[in-house]
Amino acid sequence: MTWVGDNLGLIWDQLSEHIYLAILPVVFGLLIALPLGYVATRFSWLANPLIALGGVLYSLPSIALFIVLPVVLGTQVLDPVNIVVALTIYTVALLIRNVIDGLRSVPPDVRQAAIAVGFGPARRLLTIDLPIAVPVIFAGLRVATVANISMVSVGAVIGIGGLGELFTQGFQKDFLTPVVVGVVLSLLLALLADLLIVGLQRVLTPWARVVSPVKAA
Amino acid sequence: MIEFEDVTKQYPDGTLAVDKLSLRIPSNEITVFVGPSGCGKTTSLRMINRTIERSSGRISIDGEDINSGDPVTLRRGIGYVIQHAGLFPHRTVVDNVATVPKLLGWDRKKTRSVAMELLERVGLDLKLAQRYPAQLSGGQQQRVGVARALAADPKIMLMDEPFSAVDPIVRHQLQEELLRLQRDIGKTIVFVTHDIDEAIKLGDNVAVLRVGGKLAQFAPPAELLANPADDFVESFVGQDRGYRALTFLHTDKLHLNPLPEDLVLDDDGKPAGWLKGGGDLLPIGATFTRSDSVRAALDAVLTSPTGHGVCVDENGKALGVVDHAILAEALRS
Repeated sequence: MTWVGDNLGLIWDQLSEHIYLAILPVVFGLLIALPLGYVATRFSWLANPLIALGGVLYSLPSIALFIVLPVVLGTQVLDPVNIVVALTIYTVALLIRNVIDGLRSVPPDVRQAAIAVGFGPARRLLTIDLPIAVPVIFAGLRVATVANISMVSVGAVIGIGGLGELFTQGFQKDFLTPVVVGVVLSLLLALLADLLIVGLQRVLTPWARVVSPVKAA
Repeated sequence: MIEFEDVTKQYPDGTLAVDKLSLRIPSNEITVFVGPSGCGKTTSLRMINRTIERSSGRISIDGEDINSGDPVTLRRGIGYVIQHAGLFPHRTVVDNVATVPKLLGWDRKKTRSVAMELLERVGLDLKLAQRYPAQLSGGQQQRVGVARALAADPKIMLMDEPFSAVDPIVRHQLQEELLRLQRDIGKTIVFVTHDIDEAIKLGDNVAVLRVGGKLAQFAPPAELLANPADDFVESFVGQDRGYRALTFLHTDKLHLNPLPEDLVLDDDGKPAGWLKGGGDLLPIGATFTRSDSVRAALDAVLTSPTGHGVCVDENGKALGVVDHAILAEALRS
């Protein structure tokens, strides 16, 4: 336990690095997946190829991506940008399906009514389609966030991995405490992030929680 | 008035949905498009608010071509009700009703008071205003759909099979309420249905369309029943059209016989039953009022155990009775 007391500064640094390495890609990924998914619903022939591409990208091993990206991007091997870009790719790969499914979850009669009462395309997307797609998109957001939090640690192998660096340190010195601290903190972080997203979703979609009435009447 | 002139809708694959449709839809009345599936009735309706664009011909509202302006602006001026209502699931009932006023940028207070007033008008409990559509029954949702269509007080309301997804009892209620509402608001309503009975009940005018999008007949319902234009209309209208035409024969001039001795009235003068030997009361059967049709009077006679159909006033008080002979006389004239 004294190790923890002596290394609070280090732990805090690794934790905050972990948070931004995991969360930034979620934000970027969402910002990329939303327009991409929208385009795929407008030009429906694009949807299946995009979803398939997402599947392929997601199956790339993260270690390989961390090592290949500096070559492709021209960045330093130890540049955190590599991690952010790699995890953004995973996030987009995962979210693209949810964005497309979410936008497709708008019932046809609702879409038809929105057009017929006089919503223009932009207003319809922002005030009808997207809000209705929130539950499906947020389901993907939860998976992507938790997956990112766990994958950041893999970056420790190439020297930038947030809490993952506590693992490498611990293993190198054959000293378990940093490993335990790292595991516990990433678990807590994943749990907290998931709770935050669920909470945000509840605030955004009060309508999704209503109880159905007696179907008669 | 909405006028169709030689309007055709042909899809890129060559399918002709509507073929040279020409008709005039009078203002402030209910005009029903009816026909089997594939007759182009819904296509014709949707061409009015340009959610489907015509291929050729001209559609005008009060003389002005609907293509002369922006379709989104056009749509905000036309109420629209569809099957299953198509309410926005993420908005409360009152926000759903307020949709078009919000799009038009009305101030909040006015929008809200209009929305609440309309909810009342379509027969919804104001307690439902803050609920979400998923919390309402099908019939209630459809009422909200009608309120939403009327919120910005459009001159025209388009209704695309609005009542076909609810059960028959609720459908009957909604039809009655639409007629009651229309007596107050006098909108130009275009109503699409595949149900000829609904068309005859609701329409001031009925356009019967045949498969391939051709107009078979455009006439008031009584005319449709009395003089179908061809075999198609005759078979579509159905076999008992003579009987159903009685709907358009009024009972207001029908002679009434005085109340018979064996008709028992309660304290309010309402018919309670028919007295038969042994002191038992037999049920009254159906009754009718002076504003009902001869069809209702005939039904009263047929369901009465004594063959006397009881005519009541609007409070249910017995006025007199009719029998087979009186009806036969009315039918002969």
